[in-house]
Amino acid sequence: MMPRSGKRRQFKGRHKLTERWFEWIIERIIQASGLLTIVFIMLIFAFLLKNSLPLFKIYPLKAFLIGRDWYPISAPARFGLVPLLAGSLMVTLGSVIIAVPLGVAAAIYLAEVARPSIREAIKPVVEMLAAIPSVVLGFIGLLVLAPYIKNLLDLPTGLTAMTGSIMLAFMALPTIISISEDAVSSVPRDYREASLALGATRWQTISRIMIPVALSGITAAVMLGIGRVIGETMTVLMVTGNAALIPHSITQPVRTMTATIAAEMGETVQYSEHYYALFSIGAMLFVLTFAVNFTAEIVLHRFRGIRR
Amino acid sequence: MRPRGTGEWLAYGLLYLSIVLVTLPVAAIFFILVSRGYSAVNWEFLSSAPRMGMRAGGIFPAIMGTLLLVLGTIAIALPLGIMAAIYLSEYSSRGRLNRLIHLAIVNLAGVPSVVYGLFGLGAFVLFLKIGVSLLAGCLTLALMILPVIITASEEALQAVPQSFREASLALGATRWKTIWNVVLPSALPGILTGAILGVSRAAGETAPILFTAAAFFLPRLPRSIFDQVMALPYHLYIITTQVPNIPQKVQYGTALVLVALVLLINASAIVLRSYIRWRRSW
Amino acid sequence: METAACIIDVNKLNFYYGKFQALKDITLCLKPHKITAFIGPSGCGKSTFLRTLNRMNDLIAGVRINGKVLIDGRNIYAPDMDVVELRRRVGMVFQRPNPFPMSIYDNVTYAPRMKGQSRGLDDLVERTLVRAALWDEVKDKLKVSALSLSGGQQQRLCIARALAADPGILLMDEPCSSLDPVSTLRIEELMQDLKSEYTIIIVTHNMQQAARVADYTGFFLSGELIEFGDSNKIFTKPDDKRTEGYITGRFG
Repeated sequence: MMPRSGKRRQFKGRHKLTERWFEWIIERIIQASGLLTIVFIMLIFAFLLKNSLPLFKIYPLKAFLIGRDWYPISAPARFGLVPLLAGSLMVTLGSVIIAVPLGVAAAIYLAEVARPSIREAIKPVVEMLAAIPSVVLGFIGLLVLAPYIKNLLDLPTGLTAMTGSIMLAFMALPTIISISEDAVSSVPRDYREASLALGATRWQTISRIMIPVALSGITAAVMLGIGRVIGETMTVLMVTGNAALIPHSITQPVRTMTATIAAEMGETVQYSEHYYALFSIGAMLFVLTFAVNFTAEIVLHRFRGIRR
Repeated sequence: MRPRGTGEWLAYGLLYLSIVLVTLPVAAIFFILVSRGYSAVNWEFLSSAPRMGMRAGGIFPAIMGTLLLVLGTIAIALPLGIMAAIYLSEYSSRGRLNRLIHLAIVNLAGVPSVVYGLFGLGAFVLFLKIGVSLLAGCLTLALMILPVIITASEEALQAVPQSFREASLALGATRWKTIWNVVLPSALPGILTGAILGVSRAAGETAPILFTAAAFFLPRLPRSIFDQVMALPYHLYIITTQVPNIPQKVQYGTALVLVALVLLINASAIVLRSYIRWRRSW
Repeated sequence: METAACIIDVNKLNFYYGKFQALKDITLCLKPHKITAFIGPSGCGKSTFLRTLNRMNDLIAGVRINGKVLIDGRNIYAPDMDVVELRRRVGMVFQRPNPFPMSIYDNVTYAPRMKGQSRGLDDLVERTLVRAALWDEVKDKLKVSALSLSGGQQQRLCIARALAADPGILLMDEPCSSLDPVSTLRIEELMQDLKSEYTIIIVTHNMQQAARVADYTGFFLSGELIEFGDSNKIFTKPDDKRTEGYITGRFG
């Protein structure tokens, strides 16, 4: 192997044909798996459509979209989306009202105020919150929070939109906190130092410089949190009471789109009207979350672009 | 620097309050689960099947079912996820297609878990005629955690110093051999950390397996991958909402075991991560 | 005599990073079994030029090249050129020692293993490490991680690793810039030693080093090859004012 001394070595020609073929095949496989995510997202949408469009041959799309009654097993069946959409929106809105101020404030605290030792102690708590399965949050909501709310507000049942909102706020908090904290702490150090050097107090620096600069990142965090909440299933299924009625107050039971799918799909006949209707709700959910997440990602991407 | 004026005191007060309001409930949840659940958890509870309409006995088939689901999920998602990450990090250029794939990943991560359940039902259970089974559940969960694995793997691959790639290529190794022999081994611990975190999510999920894998009651282990399974999260849902007169002790015990299992998986990822940081020498 | 022929023949080579032209009309001929050094201020294109010789610039997006680089009479930028084969023929040692996070043994045998060779590796490791003047220091710890070696040892290991690929040409991109003077000296001795079997091309910012080791020296400035020729001549009475300015330390 050692050089045949002094002799000039030439190219040994191309490396083995089998090796080149192997390389070519591997590259194609890897390329294909790179594109797989795009294929999957399209496949998911395609299957949702394929299993929901048949509904509209027998049930008008308009009646689905603006119908105010969801009576899937009465005769004739009524598949009105409105009460379910209203339920989803009400629970989501409630949890946003709770989680956004709390999450953003916690993120600012962690990024700007907390001492490193405190930050290191609190971050695992937030991570643990993120790790709790949604069915366990539902369980706690059902057994601990709901009876409490029932007694506190003197309601006929503790299973209300509000109960769902509170539990879902916990689901959204880790997302909102960690992404907002990222956004705030990625504001260039120079800004902070410049502001402090000009004689601004630390709070002035936070409120006039840090938050405005990080605002689009925080917005994206909030949107991603909303995306999680709209799609959350088990918690709302267990704690919101599941009455498919258009709610008038946050202390009434509601039923969300996700809970409807989870509760009813097990009992439908495959490829029946009801089955297609549940897939239609799924397609709606997909479109809704896609829009939210897509926008959030665009905002976040732009924010990172500015930062660089 | 000390706050000045009442306005600032108030602002800081609210920030402190927010952190209390976030952490206190988490502590409360854990306290409630442990204090009410620990008395139910013993060896018999962990190692035997449910009896008397799930009101007595243990949760062994549900624990095993969840472990099987988790193993199957990782076996499917890990190779796919790593290959996709290799494409993004090592092969594709930073162009429009790359951006498109990243958008797809973000949106895949945002698809509601119950919609994954619907897709699993429509595609795997009915269209491919796999039926409600361990396999269909694993496929559905694998799809769900794929974005987590791709993102973590891509990050780990990009943390491998460029000089390793250059050295290998300069020695006449092909691109793939460079990835296989130098890049992947260096990135593997980071990839595994991400994979474990993804899997801990799969272990706790209920909605994706509702219509694809989970059995209401099946007091034995599945006989093949085409068999249904019990799963811990679904079992908790069943015994708290679908079956009357279940002792609270059993419910809390089941919830505690589920949370402990998920946290244990997470903890192993954290241990692995700190081990890598300690060992990394470049 | 073979020495009269060019082992590397560069003809009107232009190199662009996007719109920026990093190399302008480079034409030169490198002789086998000689050490050629390229000097010049940072950003002058000398490293870029070195990396065109084994096409390491292929890794960078947005790069454009025209002109010809003939090695052994073959244009390495021809469409039918196999980059893998090229890099097995033209080895490279980098600025910072970059051993893989593997054992010393696995580092040295990396290139042969990539070629599919699995026999005679023990022998090869010994011969190569002896050749790189590292054998005595590591012979008892071949299975130890290469990262445990000192910087100078790591760089000699990287040279051994390149030699094990059995190249005929060795590119060295400022191989001593992160080493202490003693280690630098050992590498320079090693280069002299390897000259009989290899054609060595070194990029360095250290003019004393170029003067000590190189038979030929080229001076780059702003992407142009200002002057190229016998080291003695370049360092004593260069033709170009700019070369003289650089060597006498008026800029760079």
